[in-house]
Amino acid sequence: MADLTSNFVGIKSPNPFWLASAPPTDKAYNVERAFEAGWGGVVWKTLGEAGPPVVNVNGPRYGAIWGADRRLLGLNNIELITDRDLEINLKEITEVKKRWPDRAMVVSLMVPCEEEPWKQIIHRVAETGADGVELNFGCPHGMSERGMGAAVGQVPEYIQMVTEWCKTYGELPVIVKLTPNVTDVRYPARAAKAGGADAVSLINTINSIVSIDLDKMAPEPTIDGKGSHGGYCGPAVKPIALHMVADIARDQETAGIPISGIGGITTWRDAAEYIALGCGNVQVCTAAMTYGFKIVEEMISGLEAWMDEQGHATIEDFRGMAAPNVTDWQYLNLNYVTKAQIDQDKCISCGRCHIACEDTSHQAITNIVDGKRHFEVIDEECVGCNLCVNVCPVEDCITMVEMAEGTDPRTKREIDPDYANWTTHPNNPSVMPEAAE
Amino acid sequence: MADIKSGRLDEARLQQRFAEVYEPLDRHEAHVESDRCYFCYDAPCVTACPTSIDIPLFIREISVGNANGAAKTILDANIMGGMCARVCPTETLCEEVCVREVAEGKPVKIGELQRFATDNLMATTDAHPFTRAAETGKRVAVIGAGPAGLSCAHRLAMHGHDVTIFEALPKPGGLNEFGIAAYKAMDDFAQAEVDFILGIGGIDIEYGKALGNGVSLDTLTADYDATFIGMGLPGTNELGLDGEDADGCIDAVDYIAQLRQSDDLSKLPVGRNVVVIGGGMTAIDIAAQTKLLGAENVTIFYRRGMENMNASQYEQDHAQKHGVTIRQWLQPKALHVTDGAVSGMTFEYTSGTNGSLRGTGETVSVEADQVFKAIGQTPASDLLAAAGITLERGRIAVDANRKTSHVKIWAGGDCVAGGEDLTVVSVEDGKLAAEDIHKMLSA
Repeated sequence: MADLTSNFVGIKSPNPFWLASAPPTDKAYNVERAFEAGWGGVVWKTLGEAGPPVVNVNGPRYGAIWGADRRLLGLNNIELITDRDLEINLKEITEVKKRWPDRAMVVSLMVPCEEEPWKQIIHRVAETGADGVELNFGCPHGMSERGMGAAVGQVPEYIQMVTEWCKTYGELPVIVKLTPNVTDVRYPARAAKAGGADAVSLINTINSIVSIDLDKMAPEPTIDGKGSHGGYCGPAVKPIALHMVADIARDQETAGIPISGIGGITTWRDAAEYIALGCGNVQVCTAAMTYGFKIVEEMISGLEAWMDEQGHATIEDFRGMAAPNVTDWQYLNLNYVTKAQIDQDKCISCGRCHIACEDTSHQAITNIVDGKRHFEVIDEECVGCNLCVNVCPVEDCITMVEMAEGTDPRTKREIDPDYANWTTHPNNPSVMPEAAE
Repeated sequence: MADIKSGRLDEARLQQRFAEVYEPLDRHEAHVESDRCYFCYDAPCVTACPTSIDIPLFIREISVGNANGAAKTILDANIMGGMCARVCPTETLCEEVCVREVAEGKPVKIGELQRFATDNLMATTDAHPFTRAAETGKRVAVIGAGPAGLSCAHRLAMHGHDVTIFEALPKPGGLNEFGIAAYKAMDDFAQAEVDFILGIGGIDIEYGKALGNGVSLDTLTADYDATFIGMGLPGTNELGLDGEDADGCIDAVDYIAQLRQSDDLSKLPVGRNVVVIGGGMTAIDIAAQTKLLGAENVTIFYRRGMENMNASQYEQDHAQKHGVTIRQWLQPKALHVTDGAVSGMTFEYTSGTNGSLRGTGETVSVEADQVFKAIGQTPASDLLAAAGITLERGRIAVDANRKTSHVKIWAGGDCVAGGEDLTVVSVEDGKLAAEDIHKMLSA
């Protein structure tokens, strides 16, 4: 049986599934329910300074987009950091950690971008017995207008400075949570590393307006006729997050920095993908907020089953295995040729592959053959783009098959078995022609 | 003594029983179901629909919260989309060829979605979805206010022509109003749909007039620019047995009409033991309804195998689900009459293929308080032949545009040859004829 135990920057947990800093981790009641359900750890919802807590809106905080059958695909929120008193939070963190010593207890923090408040909050957290801190440099709404959250996360110098303070004034591992609301996530990641961060976690939520209420003519969620942007999360953001994780995992300056993967993780498979890109663990929020804490059971059993099937004894056995295969376009093998192939036994003749190809791509799929409705790939036209695979409603009905030898009927060129990429391609204007003898 | 009586169940209970047969999808169910549609290219369901409704488009419109737009898509191809959603044998039309039927044995519920869309339109707006073109001053006569006639009239009116419909009965709707099972068109839907269709304007109906009864083709062709015949099948077949005039031996078509017009179902007399003879939709409808009315034993007798029945498998299952017994390979041999009333029947076993059906000589007798004849309806062949229109096996011969042998007469619905006796086919006939008439009138 696969061993799911996790040791992330010295923080141990029985499995790599943590709940991200968010409403599910705002108080002892929720966190204890999460631990009872089997979650390996939590990042306690972001604490602010001592004194009067922040206030939230009293109207709707969330907006969403849905797929079929109102399956929630994307969630956006305008909730701020914890609106509970600091002392109550610290007391509860202390008690919960004492009751659940084997679970990871990390505390998310966000105080003004000054040395003293950070020094104070770091000391207070250390007293709770928590396992680590996560610096919230990502919250994209409300707090950022006050010079915190994403306002810090978008300035690499601030990230480095605050990280250094936290490392100076405390012993606990420091995880820097990054905002995706930047052009190139490698710069904030490098700054975190330069500041001495033990790890980065990403992504925080994405600036978003999920929808416009066409009756009120205002963004949703709507507060008395107005709406502001919120932070977007859920299954819809996973591709964006994976890309940012990969960028950090393969950046020479940040390579090897521990990463806690966050963004739309809903199933064991999502988690395995993040780990394959190099993440040491994962954090989940929207899936729990959609289905409750029980989903962790599926995540645990699914990851175990897959690891057993693959022969991975521990998380470390497959962690980062996919990272070396993330490359730049220019290094992709241009001699690799595939053609779509339709399994006629599985085809249900919906015609979607045909119309997608016919209207929007390469006219490479028939719809009528010998006077009959029939869908078949025309190899002479197929560029191997994969669109038909993606629009087909039947799993594995259309597959991309490599053409390893012979002549590509489209280009009429012999298949070249050797690897060759754009950097050496004759059409590349930056390739210097070889000097004539 | 025949055990026939009314009020086997009270009116409230009967209303509930009839209403529960086909319950509509609610909004959420419709959205979930609409998400199952793959929006196929060149979709097989559209090809299978006699009126070629753009099914993937209307289902997509439902899925995005535009049910009234969906209804307009449906009604554009089939102005009786509401009734067709209730009575079409979708299991042998659109849903039979749905790619999800082929793939999973579970088609998208096209008929129920169509009902959701059209009901939504009728419930939420009084505005007619189509506007009438400028009046042309041309006049068209339509015989019969059934599905074919109304469909034809609506399309002609939309093109700006003035239409006069001659209807034999005191009410419009034809079989929609008098023929089909009550549970398929609850809440007076047939009349609501007629009102909706007439909402286009430009259509007058003269009641109590039929071919040979106040109307002749000679005068119509003289007085009008074109004529459409949608008179249906006015006659019914007889068993040809002694005692057919006895009490309790009833023409199913008449009884269904009576049931449809009843304002209190508990007043309808129904037997304890009911025998239905036939294999089509009428047989299913009368059997299921007498059972709902409280008959104890209802048995359909059919002279061939169940696979030969005109009623689809779905309809057979439907009847059986409601407690109707279907017996096959049995043909009527004798009616038993006691004191002037039916008391039972003798059937003879049959064998053979369709072409060579024959009695085996073996018989079986059953008790019956009521015997319903549902063995087919017949065209007014003599009347039509006398008017000089070419017939084909007793029904009116028409071309692809539903034009008859007469230069100014078109026809459609059950009275024409080669049809399937389905509401949806009648609607298509009327629509095609109207387009052809419009083409002729515009030339």
